[in-house]
Amino acid sequence: MALSAQDIQNLEEKANVIRQDIIKMLLQAGSGHSAGPLGMADVLTALYFQILKHNPKKPDWKDRDRLVLSNGHICPVLYVSLAHAGYFPVSELQTLRKLRSRLQGHPHRESLPGLEITSGPLGSGLSQACGMALVGLMDESSWRVICLMSDGEQDEGNTWEAVMFAGKNKLHNLTALIDRNNIQIDGFTEDVMPLEPLKEKYEAFGWHVLEIDGHNFESIIGVFSEAKAIFEKPVLIIAHTIPGKGVDFMENDFKWHGVPPGITDIPGEPPKNEQAKIALQELRTLQGKIKSEHE
Amino acid sequence: MNSLNPKLFDKDVERIPSRDGFGEGLVLAGEENKDVVAICADVTESARVQAFKDKFPERFIEAGVAEQNMAALASGMAAEGKIPFMTSYAVFSPGRNWEQIRTTICYNNRPVKIIGSHAGISVGPDGATHQALEDIALTRALPNMVVLSPCDAIEAKKATLAMVKERKPCYMRLSREKVPVITTENTPFKIGKAQVFREGNPSAGSTSSLQASSGRFADATIIATGQMVYLGLLAAKELEESNISVRVINVSTIKPLDMEAVIKAAEETGGIVTVEEHQVFGGLGSAVAEVVTQYYPVPMKIIGINDHFGESGICRFNLVKEQFWEIYLRYFCTNFRGNPLPVCLKKP
Repeated sequence: MALSAQDIQNLEEKANVIRQDIIKMLLQAGSGHSAGPLGMADVLTALYFQILKHNPKKPDWKDRDRLVLSNGHICPVLYVSLAHAGYFPVSELQTLRKLRSRLQGHPHRESLPGLEITSGPLGSGLSQACGMALVGLMDESSWRVICLMSDGEQDEGNTWEAVMFAGKNKLHNLTALIDRNNIQIDGFTEDVMPLEPLKEKYEAFGWHVLEIDGHNFESIIGVFSEAKAIFEKPVLIIAHTIPGKGVDFMENDFKWHGVPPGITDIPGEPPKNEQAKIALQELRTLQGKIKSEHE
Repeated sequence: MNSLNPKLFDKDVERIPSRDGFGEGLVLAGEENKDVVAICADVTESARVQAFKDKFPERFIEAGVAEQNMAALASGMAAEGKIPFMTSYAVFSPGRNWEQIRTTICYNNRPVKIIGSHAGISVGPDGATHQALEDIALTRALPNMVVLSPCDAIEAKKATLAMVKERKPCYMRLSREKVPVITTENTPFKIGKAQVFREGNPSAGSTSSLQASSGRFADATIIATGQMVYLGLLAAKELEESNISVRVINVSTIKPLDMEAVIKAAEETGGIVTVEEHQVFGGLGSAVAEVVTQYYPVPMKIIGINDHFGESGICRFNLVKEQFWEIYLRYFCTNFRGNPLPVCLKKP
């Protein structure tokens, strides 16, 4: 189904609202990760509002597509997307990381409707996705498994055990997506532990690999559609994203990987008391493109 | 207990590895329940999954030497309604993949059944790298986890079938060596229930006034798990000849521990000796001590591996160790007699 320009614009606006909510909830929580959630907002928006077969009123619907978030630390973007999709009230987002909140610092499946797995420790989400996909094939089910990973967690040995397993078992109902934002906590991925040539590595393990711009809705929606048409191999989508996307001072800066706005003064960046305000202003004005902002 | 193997103390008592009982139980479980699947990390024959693989090839998954993937994969399969039995040597699973078990199985609360074979020093020649002596501690510390340690092959078979119905993550440790068959098909087994294999009576020959007034049912209790239960029964039999009566309890469920049986033993016999093929830290002895110290303090002795690794050796080496332990057991049971204070904590 081709998307109209209006459809694309609606998704872009939705992603912008999601980014604003990420900033607000992180500010309220006082800790958490900023860069990854902002960078993945477009992919999550496309998934929950266009691609996934799901029903927020029936989170356990057996024919739903399974979205497995392996890099649990970007859960703010998952929580905001789930709330906007209708799994729980948007107002609950402000409870992130608070005592007795359903929104744990890293996702706990039994706490919140819509979560497929508990995650946080890196490298084991793809294995769980493989388990689900394997049962899907055994039982000849129609649903698909989509596993989101970070590029940093490609350092984990467990990831490659799962990559091998999926390749061996030709799990073609599994689509994995790597958020290729090139940063991890200690720095740039290619400095910390080089991953390239990532595409060739996955191909050598028996995967079909596709690459996209992770901020282009047409590309995101198109690539998942293409992945469905691959019947003999699991599919990996390398989604090139900008960490901190939408907030100028956070973009492409690994210092914002594990830090929320409003807590730390970082040399050369807005003072901590201004960070959230500036971030929200930038999102509302599309990084200054809209000039009528009066704040 | 009447339902124990009548040939228990015969020289030619039948000896079967507990892993064989698991293998048999797994096939029965597969017949009873179509959702049962088996995953194995390249030890299919020695972990006794081969029979299941032959009978249900479509429900057998070869994970390769990749225990971390195996654990999280099993979690994913359980998420979709399967009851996965994931099998390897205990050193590698739950050893190598403990964090995956913690996060994706226990915290995620998926009913995966983790089978750790070749636990304990009786693995023998393979040496310390392959002798799991920490697996009970590793699994017992995890919320949601059930920890099983059957005393023989028949109990391992029953435990395998019982695990299918238990909607929680479970760990079962198994041994490699042939061990005496203690139980029969008729011996009761229930997850969470310890079995008193030998009740014990107050010593007929006792002259201790303290004991006479204590109303004790026996002079001490041996609480054992796995193949050490047999040692406990042997020790108790020897002691009986010296008019010392010992209760013997088989703890095949280490978690949740049958607290009632432990407290009753403390109350009625006044002293407890535990024995296990595991480090003395964090295993059966620790579990029993957690109950005894909090609810009914009595003198206790924990027999196990005392903060060192095992070593390679023919089984005779291990037998010496076992015989030593049996002497230990007898010594400590004797010394509880009439002693309200833990003077028994001196070495023999």
